[in-house]
Amino acid sequence: MDSLITLLPELNKSFLETLIMVGIGLVVALVLGLPLGLLLFVTDRGLFLENKWIKGVVGVIVNLIRSVPFIILLVFLFPFTNFLLGTTTGPVAASVALSVAAIPFYARIVESSARDIDHGVIEAAIACGASPWLIIKDILFPEIKSGLISGLTITAISLIGYSAMAGAIGGGGIGDLAIRYGYYRYDNFVMFTTVIILIVLVQAVQYIGDFFAKTVKKHG
Amino acid sequence: MISIQQLSKVYPSKQGDVVGVDDVTLSIEKGEIFGIVGYSGAGKSTLLRCMNILERPTSGKVVIDGIDLLSLSGKKLREARQSIGMIFQGFHLAMSKTVVDNVAFALKASGVKKDERRERSLELLELVGLSDKAHQYPAQLSGGQKQRVSIARALANDPKVLLCDEATSALDPNTTKSILQLLKRINEKLGLTIVLITHEMEVVKDICHRCAVMEEGRVVEQGRTYDMFAFPKEELTKRFIQTVLDFHIPEALLEQSSGSVVHLTFAGEVAGQSIVSDLLQSHPVKANILHGKVDYIQDKALGTFVMDLSGTKEAVEEAINSLRKTLNDVEVWRDGFTDHSLARAK
Repeated sequence: MDSLITLLPELNKSFLETLIMVGIGLVVALVLGLPLGLLLFVTDRGLFLENKWIKGVVGVIVNLIRSVPFIILLVFLFPFTNFLLGTTTGPVAASVALSVAAIPFYARIVESSARDIDHGVIEAAIACGASPWLIIKDILFPEIKSGLISGLTITAISLIGYSAMAGAIGGGGIGDLAIRYGYYRYDNFVMFTTVIILIVLVQAVQYIGDFFAKTVKKHG
Repeated sequence: MISIQQLSKVYPSKQGDVVGVDDVTLSIEKGEIFGIVGYSGAGKSTLLRCMNILERPTSGKVVIDGIDLLSLSGKKLREARQSIGMIFQGFHLAMSKTVVDNVAFALKASGVKKDERRERSLELLELVGLSDKAHQYPAQLSGGQKQRVSIARALANDPKVLLCDEATSALDPNTTKSILQLLKRINEKLGLTIVLITHEMEVVKDICHRCAVMEEGRVVEQGRTYDMFAFPKEELTKRFIQTVLDFHIPEALLEQSSGSVVHLTFAGEVAGQSIVSDLLQSHPVKANILHGKVDYIQDKALGTFVMDLSGTKEAVEEAINSLRKTLNDVEVWRDGFTDHSLARAK
């Protein structure tokens, strides 16, 4: 019990850092990954903004980023992070690499949930004379809203995992704590505590995500 | 209203080009219900989708209400599409929108103001008889109700033309009837030109003024629906008509017939005349009716009779000849006086 109380301030700080990293990553994923995913979808073959070039180029960039293992991406992006923030340590610095990884990850999820919708609905909208923007905003988006939230949940949980790696090289957060105490000092108590916290966090994220995904899905 | 000239649609593929529509020329009048019939793969759906450029034809012309659709693109094409409604076999409603919002979407596409959208959508739902379902979601509706919503959506922008892509093929016979009645009512009430494609001749028989039969991307025969039923020329047309008019007389009954079995079609004016009773009075033959049916196509009668004519060989032959003078479709299904049957009679 004593060890828990001494650990508490550090635990709080780490938890907050993890939340900051994951939070920034998620926001960036939503702001940039969502439009990118929709772009990948609507420029696909047979779709209303079919464009081989855009689809090809964006697709390749997305695959490039996704094929770099996160820990390498993290190091690889150090110069960029340094240029952007003037530092490569701390949760905000770590969130740069997390964001870069999250954008293509979420974009692919958005694209695949958009593929699940019935093409006929899009076709009917085209037959109504709707503009591409109106179709995206008024048909595509509401039809996949639930999938977008589920996708965001998956992204959040992946980011929690990635954030531990970011922590290992100076990003802070729960992962950092686990490595410093659990790995370097063989302190099993800290190790178990962090694992339990991560389990609870992931469960909570999944539960909240499912709740919202269900709420927006009002198909009657 | 709709003029299609030498329209072709070719899909290039690695195994060579696949021809979807092959040099089709059609002209559809204002206020008409025009049916296009064919088996699946005949190209009728592709042809229909070329009429609002959901598919861009490889060559040819599509002129609707004086506008050459292929000369348009972008905003102009979208505006043209607003005056061409379309409904589909799969309804294609947005599942995340309520019924009224599905209809309002079409109005939004044409830039109608919000208050007006709502009012107009409710009016349209009343027209299709779904006012009470306005705030439900499509998943809560039956197939027929969904199709009514999609009809309301298609009519939202006061189109001049309504394209129906197998609109009743996913519905049960009763619902099909009610949807067809609705289309007929809209056609009469709004003077809307309707083009529908189907593989069911029954649909054509019920509501189409004129129709065309398609096979392998080509229109093999077209004309007024009644004429197509009464005097089909092509083998394919006959096959489609049989699906509606067909009947089966047991082989054994034909074997037992005492004379010649003739099949008569009464079309046009003769359908109302007393030809059979006249025949029996003027010729010394007896008639045993094996089958008799009158179909009403576009409110005109089309009669089909199968009779077993018996008597002397000469009398029967003469009777058949006299029938041929008044009717243009007399088929002898079984000649009771050939050697073969005589041999058996002994």
